[in-house]
Order: sequence, then C-alpha cells, then structure tokens
Amino acid sequence: MTDVIHASNLTKVFGRSTAVDHISFEVHGGEIFGFLGPNGAGKTTTTRMLTGVIPTDAGTATVLGHDIRSEPVQAKQGFGVVPETSNAYTDLTAWQNLMLMGELYGLERARAGRRSTDLLGMVGLLERKDQKVQAYSKGMKQRLILAMALIHEPKLLFLDEPTGGLDVQSTQMILSLLRELNRAGTTIFLTTHNMDEANRLCHRVGIIRAGKMVAIDAPEKLKTAIDRVHQIEVSFDREVSGNALSALASVTGANPVGDKWRITADNQDAAIRSLVAFSQKNGAAIVTLNTLAPSLDDAFLRLTREEKP
Amino acid sequence: MNPAGFPEQGRRAWAIAKKDILIYYFKGPVLIFGIFMPVFLFLAFFMGSRQLPLSFLISGLVGMTLFFTATAVSPAIFPWEGSAKTLERLASCPVTVEAIVFGDMIASLLFGIGITVVTIIIGLALGLSILHGITLAAAIFLAACCFSAIGMLLAVPPTNVPSNIMMLSSLIKFPLVFISGIFIPLEQMPAWGTVLAVFSPLTYFTDLVRYSFTDAYYFPVLFDLGALAVFTLVFTVGTMYLHKRTMPKRM
Repeated sequence: MTDVIHASNLTKVFGRSTAVDHISFEVHGGEIFGFLGPNGAGKTTTTRMLTGVIPTDAGTATVLGHDIRSEPVQAKQGFGVVPETSNAYTDLTAWQNLMLMGELYGLERARAGRRSTDLLGMVGLLERKDQKVQAYSKGMKQRLILAMALIHEPKLLFLDEPTGGLDVQSTQMILSLLRELNRAGTTIFLTTHNMDEANRLCHRVGIIRAGKMVAIDAPEKLKTAIDRVHQIEVSFDREVSGNALSALASVTGANPVGDKWRITADNQDAAIRSLVAFSQKNGAAIVTLNTLAPSLDDAFLRLTREEKP
Repeated sequence: MNPAGFPEQGRRAWAIAKKDILIYYFKGPVLIFGIFMPVFLFLAFFMGSRQLPLSFLISGLVGMTLFFTATAVSPAIFPWEGSAKTLERLASCPVTVEAIVFGDMIASLLFGIGITVVTIIIGLALGLSILHGITLAAAIFLAACCFSAIGMLLAVPPTNVPSNIMMLSSLIKFPLVFISGIFIPLEQMPAWGTVLAVFSPLTYFTDLVRYSFTDAYYFPVLFDLGALAVFTLVFTVGTMYLHKRTMPKRM
C-alpha cells in the first residue's frame, strides 16, 4: 500500500510557542485516517502545513508524491480541502462557487458544468444552485464546501472538523458521502473531535497532544493498548463459584456484578477460552459474554491527559 | 497540462479576476465612488482655479480617475478575503500567490480602464479632441498596470481589517495626487515639488495624457512611457514577492 501522505519531523513555531513539534506519520492510500487531539493540540496547524496553506518551519511533507514546499501546485492539484471554517464566497451562488473551483483546478468548462450538476445533486443543493450562498444554512454551506472540494475528483481529501455544529441530517449525509468516496478509492484525512465519528469511520487514527504525536493505530488496537488489564462480563445459566472463576488460566480476578461476573484478565483471548472450557466442564451454559474494552474516548482522554510534573 | 506552468496559472489568475469583478467591482457604491470621487475633486479645482485651461484640468481628471479607480478596491481584497477565510480556500487551491495577486491586479486594471474611458468620453463631450490616440491608449494601459500593482502593494501589511488598509491607502494616495502635476503644472511647481514629482508614477501618466490632449509635455514621451514601465515592473515584482512572504500570516 503506497503512502499518499508522508510527514517527517513536521514542525511549526509561532513566536515562542511550538504548535507542532517534529511529528512524523504516514497516511496509506485508500484509508480513512482520523487526526484527533484536544483544542490547541496542533491539528489545524498540521492540516494547514500539509495542504500548503502555511509553510513548515522544519521537516518535510510529501503529499501524493510531491513535496508540499517545493511542488505545492502539483500536490494541491491532486487533493481537495474542506477547511474548519466555512469558506465559500457568500456573494456568489452555489453554481458560481463550483464553476470558480473548476477553473482554479484547470477543468474544462463543460466538464466543470457536468461535475457541478452531479455534485450539487449529490449534496442535495441542485434546486438551490442559483441562490446566493449567504442565504444558506450552516449545513448547506458545509455540503457545498464538500462539493467544491470534490470538483476535480481528488485522490485525497482533507477535512477539518467537517461536521462540527451541524444538524443530524447534514452530519449523516456528509459521513455517508465520505464512506462512499472512500469505497470508491479516495483517501481521507479527517480531523475531528468526535470520537464516535472517528471510531465508526476511520481505519487508523493519530492522536496529537501539545504538538506531539502520542499514538497512531487502528481505533480498536488503540483502545485495547491503553489498558494492559482487560475486562470481560460473563453470565451463566446457573450459579458458579467466584473462586473457581478466579482460578482459571489468565484470569486475575472475578467480581459479581448483579447476575453477572466481571472477570479481569491479563490475556483476553486466553481468558475467554478458559471460560468456555469452564462452562463445558461444569455444564454451566454461558448466557452472555461481553468484552469490556475501553472506548476511543477513554483512549483519547488517557493519551491526551497532561502529564503531572 | 502542467498546473504550475505560466499558461495554466494565467488561466487561473483570470478566474480570480472574474470572481473579483463579480464580488467586489460590480457593486453600486464602488462604481459610484470610482466616478464621483475624481469628478468632485476636479470640480473643486475647476471652480477654484479659473486661469487653468479645461484641457489641462481634463488631463488631470483622467489621471486622477485611473489612479483612484485602479487603487480603489484592490488594497482591501486580501484583508476582506482573509477575514472571510476565502483566502484560505484560494491558498489551498493549485494556484500560486503570484497568480492570486495577478488575478486581483487584472480585475483592478479592467475596472480602472473602464471608468477612465468614461471620463475621456466626458472630455470629448466637453469639446476636447484626442491628438495622440495610440500614446493615450498605451499610457492608460501601462498606468493601469502600474496603479493596480500599487493597489496590491498597499495590501501587503498582513492585517485582515480592511479599514486599516484603507486608511494607509488614503494616507499614501492623496499626497501623490498633489505632487504629480494634476492641479499645479510641473512647470509652476517649486524645485522641491518637481523633485518629489519625479518619484510619482502618476506624474508620467498625467504628462502623457496632457500630451495626448494638448500636444504639450514636460518630459519626453518615451521617457514618460519608460518610467511608467519601470515603475510597473518594480511594483509588480515587489508586490508579488512581499505577498508571498506575508500571506501565510493572514491565515
């Protein structure tokens, strides 16, 4: 799998503050990469450096095979951007905004027209294409901006908080469009605060804290990696002894919680196998068995928690 | 297609110019300001200095009109777009800073030329005749390029507050009008005034317009055209270089 983004020691300094501090990561072709972090962690600054909006102070970034500093136009030709703040021209109509984007990406007029019609239909704005954007709601503006970013059929799409403050309908429409685009082969670099969104959408996530990258992995692996001790909730169709459960291989403890047992284990896989074997041996059928992995929120909070001096 | 090549960047600059014309120039107040401002300044001097011939004052009016219109809106476009975040949209598109600046310059140049043609028609209606049409056309084109570059140069300070830039712009533009031989012929200026006039590109344009209408001139025509060309080149290169340095600070 080829990397579409390769960031190496990316750094940005504003005055005395280092907003992004020598971060390195790759985004693979065809994946949805979630870029998470608390406010002020350096997410937007990183995105702006990767999209060539602001220059890097140190390090390099290669986007779609082009160095963003030495070949910015070639790199930008291949990607689309949905920035954090809505930035369509409000004095122009949706159609005029899209045609302007078509020209800025070097599309022939006829192709830009066809793409504009398709995209406006896709984001549900075709009927209002001749209305000035200043009359649009926030959700409509955001859908238009997504359409503007897709006018040239980019291989890579950068999105900075694309669903922030949107209504449920617009959020669902945007997320569903992102899934479709990704299925069609578009790589997506998604900056978000929304853990649920990242958890459901992203193949891998990177977490940045105070300008430094603190973790990069698949959401599921990240969740399990933060806790060395795993928890399993199990219930049987008859009473079983807590001591017997505690004595099973890989199980380090068993506590009753209502009609269930909460098992702590150092090896989740081995503990589940032991529980199944215990059930068969004692004729106690398993009614429910749930692994209690930490949520991505837990992982995020753990990883972005400020270290105490 | 090489997106970074000159022809492609030129096409994209033209797209930016069309956007500017639609958004910023085709506005009633802008058009009215572009025509009324120089007309009223002209009338004030026409009433106050009756000994100056109409042909002299019309030449000054043409000079002022082009200067004020070509620098009227362009200084504020970057601050406006910076505060509306549309500049970030342009910066993330495959267009160079030079193409963005060039696009803004084209829009301001076309607006300047368009309004100046109106004042020339007023001059013709008042009975003046054009003696050197080609010189006038070349002068208007060169000066429009030069003044557009000045307009963009005024937008270099990386502020996103348009009023700051407009204040700076007025502070520079009005003194230039008074040292460029528009209201007082260069021949009647004190020595220090003539020295200052040499550093104003508006001086050479006014001299060329006067030559085109009256056959009289202060500097030789080729010298005027050469000076305007040099000012245009220096201001254009300068504004592109400086915007490239300051644009990231607006984001």
